[in-house]
Amino acid sequence: MAAVTTSTERSLNKLAIVGVLIVTVIFLAPIYWIASTAFKPRNLATTIPPTVMFQPEISPFVKLFTKRSQLRTAPTPEQYAAAPWWERLVFDGGEKVVRSGRGEVQWSGYPSRFMNSLIVAITSTVLAVGMGTFTAYGFSRFKVKGEADLLFFILSTRMLPPVVVAIPMFLMYRVVGLNDTHWGLIILYTAFNLSFSVWLMKGFMDEIPKEYEEAALVDGYTRMEAFFKIVLPEAATGIAATAVFCFITAWNEYAFALIMTNRRAQTAPPFIPSQVGSGLPDWTVIAAGTFLFLLPVAIFTFLLRNHLLRGMSFGAIRK
Amino acid sequence: MATAVMTTLDPNSRSAARGMSDLTIRNLFIIPTIVFLIVFNIFPLLYSLGYSFTDFRASSPAPANFVGLQNYRELLNDPFIWSNFAITAKYVIVSVVGQVIVGFGVALLLNRDIPLKGLLTTLLLLPMMLSMAVVGLFWKLLYDPSFGIINYTLGLASFEWLSNPDMALYAVAITDIWMWSPFVMLLSLAGLSAVPKHLYEAAAIDRAGSFYTFFRITLPLVAPILMIAIIFRTMEAFKTFDLAYILTSQPTTEVISIRLYKMAFQEWQTGRSCALAYIVLIMILAITNIYVKYLNKVKER
Repeated sequence: MAAVTTSTERSLNKLAIVGVLIVTVIFLAPIYWIASTAFKPRNLATTIPPTVMFQPEISPFVKLFTKRSQLRTAPTPEQYAAAPWWERLVFDGGEKVVRSGRGEVQWSGYPSRFMNSLIVAITSTVLAVGMGTFTAYGFSRFKVKGEADLLFFILSTRMLPPVVVAIPMFLMYRVVGLNDTHWGLIILYTAFNLSFSVWLMKGFMDEIPKEYEEAALVDGYTRMEAFFKIVLPEAATGIAATAVFCFITAWNEYAFALIMTNRRAQTAPPFIPSQVGSGLPDWTVIAAGTFLFLLPVAIFTFLLRNHLLRGMSFGAIRK
Repeated sequence: MATAVMTTLDPNSRSAARGMSDLTIRNLFIIPTIVFLIVFNIFPLLYSLGYSFTDFRASSPAPANFVGLQNYRELLNDPFIWSNFAITAKYVIVSVVGQVIVGFGVALLLNRDIPLKGLLTTLLLLPMMLSMAVVGLFWKLLYDPSFGIINYTLGLASFEWLSNPDMALYAVAITDIWMWSPFVMLLSLAGLSAVPKHLYEAAAIDRAGSFYTFFRITLPLVAPILMIAIIFRTMEAFKTFDLAYILTSQPTTEVISIRLYKMAFQEWQTGRSCALAYIVLIMILAITNIYVKYLNKVKER
């Protein structure tokens, strides 16, 4: 942009600032709304008009993690006094925490889904980024016959609609017993992220000067040693950025998880919407589950902010 | 494919006296990935190609009977499938056009001296990083006719967004526009910041109007990157499943992926759904091809 000199330019700039602020508020409002609902008392979640100011509480998170049942009668003062602080929050909402015969608190379905999401996303990320880094180095440094075609083939696997891949995979998994297992999802997410990881890592590898390794080879390193001791440390930032992208993709994935899992290995994305079900859902609990699920992604987005352009364009646009 | 990799030797490769040769290392690094993708993507697709010529139903123990091209013939003559494609096309057009207008518009606003530009840009990019399924879920709360904040803010008393067959597809598209305009914005910003400043200075000296400057300088130079955004979003919108599936169950929002999902996993018409999957697959590969051409074009600059 030309230097801001004229008064029209200056007032245009002010207008742009106002415009950007308005757009930012509109874009963040939905996220703010779901986050704030996670801290509301149930009776304020679905009021008309919507409640903006309220005393935040954490009872939705207690409800998110526990199984509860309706209280028929109000708890006696003794029961109330004997209950831990978090259970009192549930009593206040007219419910009690379900316990087993031995008095153990019964967990809701949420923590196990959250753990499944972590296991599947982390394992598939490690595999996809690991293989992708090697392959990217191979494409970056050596002549490969039909390189463009191979890279197109690799990328095209990423573009396949999940439902298209899921039909045969479901049938094959049924034969080998991988339906509703962590490994079933890990394999699918690894395949899905591998192509992305190759493309993105190739961009990062291309940026590392070849002279570094050549100098090391002259010094008597083998190619392998040069790769592990020279190239990998240089590529660390790229590897980290690629890993975060792969993690987010696997963490967010819905269609494969919906089709391939139903209970044991189910991840959070198909589970959270299934809570709505029929009748009147408790939106504070759903919001609490959503909030916890979105939080890691929001944090990662900030860490990734300088690599977002590159990642979203498969490494094509670097700036 | 894998054999092609193995048989070509780089004539200039340094053959180290010790350790593995470059050729071995190259094959070791590349072939596992290719094999993995063939085993878990290409092989399943061949498997389903076979089933697409049968009347197989995964829900019944009856063996698959070969029916030739019958599935394809019936699908292509089925007006309901065509209406699913028409819904998908409408959805793609509405949501991609919306994303380009909003995304490019916001990028033009941001491409100035804005305080806290970096922070605001990152905040604006947040929606596209979230899970589509979970976004769909919480937009249900926002769209609620009685207590949703959208109706409240717009002053629409109990307007039905999702249970109104005429409105539901637009509601899904609006959510998609909210989620993915940031993507178009991100790419547009990259394109805008790459426009050489001296072009604007020259235009200012020539007293060119802002209209002229925009259409003759800004737009042509941003166009290739904008094209990438448009093709990529078109492809993604064409594949859309999560958002529409979670937000509504209207027949008017049954995009092709949802039809495919229902055919395969609710009606258990496995053979037929494999055939439909192939029809969709060919369309996707065609768009991917165009997309990669553009990616390489921009890369070469």
